Amino acid sequence: MFIKEYIKDVYSGVKSLLAGMRRTGKYFITPSEIITEQYPEFKAKLSERFRGEVVMPHDANNEHACTGCTACELACPNGTIKIITKVDLQPDGKKKKAIDTFVYHLEMCTMCNLCIEACPTDAIKMAQNFEHSVFDRNMLTKKLNKAGSKIREGVE
Amino acid sequence: MYTTTEILEQKIQVAPTGELQDTGDLVINIGPQHPATHGVLHLVITLDGETVKKIEPHLGYIHRSIEKMCESLSYRQFIYSTSRMDYLSAHINNHACAMCVEKGLQIEVPRRAMVIRVLMDELTRIASHELWWGAMAMDLGAFTPFFHAFREREKITDIMEESCGARLTMNYIVPGGVMNDIHPDFQQKIKEFITQFKSKIYEYDEMVTGNIIFQNRTKGVGRISKEDAISYGCSGPVARASGVRSDIRKLYPYEVYNEVEFDEILETAGDSFARYMVRVREMHQSISIIEQLIDNIPEGDFQAKTKAVLKLPKGEFYTRVETARGELGVYIISEGGTTPYRIKFRSPGFSNLSALEHMAKGGKLGDLMATMGTLDLVIPDIDR
Amino acid sequence: MFSLQGITKGVHTWLYSNMSSTTALVVECAIVMLLSIGLFAILGLVLVLMERKVAAHMQIRLGPNRVGPWGLLQTTADTLKLVMKEGLTPDGADKILFNLAPFVIMIVAMLILAPIAFASGFQIWDLNIGVLFVTAVSSISVIAILMAGWASNNKYSMLGAMRSGAQIVSYELSAGLSIISIVVLTGSLQISEIIESQRNGWWLFKGHIPAVISFVIFLIAVTAETNRAPFDMAEAESELTAGFHTEYSGMKFALFFLAEYINIFIVCAIGATLFLGGWMPLHIGNWEGFNHIMDYIPSSIWFFGKTFFLIFLIMWFRWTFPRLRIDQLLNLEWKYLLPISMFNLLLMAVVAIMGWHF
Repeated sequence: MFIKEYIKDVYSGVKSLLAGMRRTGKYFITPSEIITEQYPEFKAKLSERFRGEVVMPHDANNEHACTGCTACELACPNGTIKIITKVDLQPDGKKKKAIDTFVYHLEMCTMCNLCIEACPTDAIKMAQNFEHSVFDRNMLTKKLNKAGSKIREGVE
Repeated sequence: MYTTTEILEQKIQVAPTGELQDTGDLVINIGPQHPATHGVLHLVITLDGETVKKIEPHLGYIHRSIEKMCESLSYRQFIYSTSRMDYLSAHINNHACAMCVEKGLQIEVPRRAMVIRVLMDELTRIASHELWWGAMAMDLGAFTPFFHAFREREKITDIMEESCGARLTMNYIVPGGVMNDIHPDFQQKIKEFITQFKSKIYEYDEMVTGNIIFQNRTKGVGRISKEDAISYGCSGPVARASGVRSDIRKLYPYEVYNEVEFDEILETAGDSFARYMVRVREMHQSISIIEQLIDNIPEGDFQAKTKAVLKLPKGEFYTRVETARGELGVYIISEGGTTPYRIKFRSPGFSNLSALEHMAKGGKLGDLMATMGTLDLVIPDIDR
Repeated sequence: MFSLQGITKGVHTWLYSNMSSTTALVVECAIVMLLSIGLFAILGLVLVLMERKVAAHMQIRLGPNRVGPWGLLQTTADTLKLVMKEGLTPDGADKILFNLAPFVIMIVAMLILAPIAFASGFQIWDLNIGVLFVTAVSSISVIAILMAGWASNNKYSMLGAMRSGAQIVSYELSAGLSIISIVVLTGSLQISEIIESQRNGWWLFKGHIPAVISFVIFLIAVTAETNRAPFDMAEAESELTAGFHTEYSGMKFALFFLAEYINIFIVCAIGATLFLGGWMPLHIGNWEGFNHIMDYIPSSIWFFGKTFFLIFLIMWFRWTFPRLRIDQLLNLEWKYLLPISMFNLLLMAVVAIMGWHF
């Protein structure tokens, strides 16, 4: 039956189209389904493991845990980290290697977490900051150890 | 006189006599900047009216020479860069590389790490198929599914972010296990996701699968036979849609895939609709795998003890995994040093793309988009 | 009660009592021109915003919500941006045709505005072949698209224009046939008479099955005629980037964009006039009380309400369906819509002759 097939075709086709329209129509009239997050006012809470940038935590005495062993520098696949060391004179007169500058090139970092894995003293960690845009590229090259900071007592 | 552009676009060809002649073909460039190619793929298409006569893919627009770069990175470091190949199944790429290194070093991966890896693999596969589903619908002109697909995918990326620390390029897998233990909320979140996914997946059928326009656009379009699929080296859903058994998880089980029950989805039609169905049904299978494993994550270490500096013994090592797009092979030649001598990735996208001309030739221009959409091409995977 | 008819009457008598009849006519023409251009501008802004909001809500998004309250000024800002942009003319383009095409498409849209009755007694030109005029003039728009596609010297544009030509020419048939089926019922081509004939009920309800079928066919055909998804073959951004207006930028692009929305408005206005009684309030037979209450709602609100309902339907199509392929598009017309609408016209003729409608 040609006519019967034809009508069946049209019927099933229209039915399938209406099913789709019912779905979109339902979303149109239920605004509670909207998932838009209005970004600058509402910032999504990032999980504590989120990898935004490498930071070096300093405690209240402006002390960090970095010994300048360059394990992170070696672990980094992109050459993001550069550690400049100096020789510190201890109070008891001994000479000790310490970091002068911990240079971190944010613009080259891929947030792979390998440096944090490699660090033996947990001196660096990942921060959850993800808004990295700046007006000048130079501002992406950061010095992680704060001015005048020194290594925490007892960290070897 | 003919202009350079005309010659480059092959509008002008060299006749057997040695003279340049106008072929009279309509040559159009799809890409490298084109809404349909999801990236920088460049297709030079010869048209006869609306009918596609010839397709010539031009590659290299996003070639970053990852294989060469890996030669100067240590065995811990090179894994991260493979996330940038097929970024939609970044986790599975990392998995393949880590497995290859483990094979060389003969590291025994703890069972907990294996289960976590498989769980993450399947989550990645679902996320990838979700994105493909939306993008393919968009190729065919339906915009709404794209956003609906992203809603579910977002849940997966949230889970990834919580445990791995990143949403797309996770770099969660290290030789010997995984980088961190799973987040305490991991199981809870996945169960929530499965509930949500199951309540929404039927909408996909309503909006796309059952739609008469969609079926007409994809059924019988871009057909490739079983024999051709094999000879073009197709893998993954593209091959399985033609009836080729090619699921590495079934054929060469790795990690805990031989302990979970799932079906290898096979279709026989080999057309765009079959490829579509394979992927949609694979999402259900992945959910089933996750359901079997989620309550059975064994206790134990998440990472095996490894040396600080990994040195693969001299030799050649090959592993393969099933990514969301097909078979990914990692082939490492080691000279015994800390860096690989040579690395070769057998990426699924490249072989699948090579079958595009066979599939879409003789079809209409619209069919080409449907075929390309169901091939699920990720351009960095093709170019590397 | 607010009535546009009263205002036009007042202006008309005031002009004619204070000026010579020629001057008054000229002034009236100028007012009509200004009003229609103003309507175009407002419609463009409103419809684009409406489309974006409708799309957003179907796609579980919020849509524009930053510029102005609820994003109301978003389209104004977009227009400003387009005005500022440079209207490039490509080197290899046919300069005259390229620059003429956007204006042709706008002129066509403006012409069709003439016989549309916006409210009771508020109509630019109530000519006795109103419906014929609309179908005749609307087919000129394909020329503008072909002009744009040809003159751009771009292969995408060319393909888009050719598709568009094939599409509009074929879909005009079924659109025309479904319009004719209403003309069969009314026996008149004049818009005001068609509306008047729906005083005791809209044709969609009075003409029952054949009217409903022709309404559906009309909706599909006009969606295709205005190049809207799922029939947006002329643009088909995943295949042809932007089709016939790939090479246009700035205000020239904006005119195409605007014309698309104006055309939607016009075809929906025609649909509302033919099937849903135009400005005629919802009347049911001789329920005097009910009809009287309905009359309290101004006729312009009825007209715009119906038109915007139809526009919403067309937007709903766009954001739900995938695009058809060009050969399937023509198949749909020649194998399904045309036979059905021809059969339907026959049915309608029988219904009209036998007086089976209400």
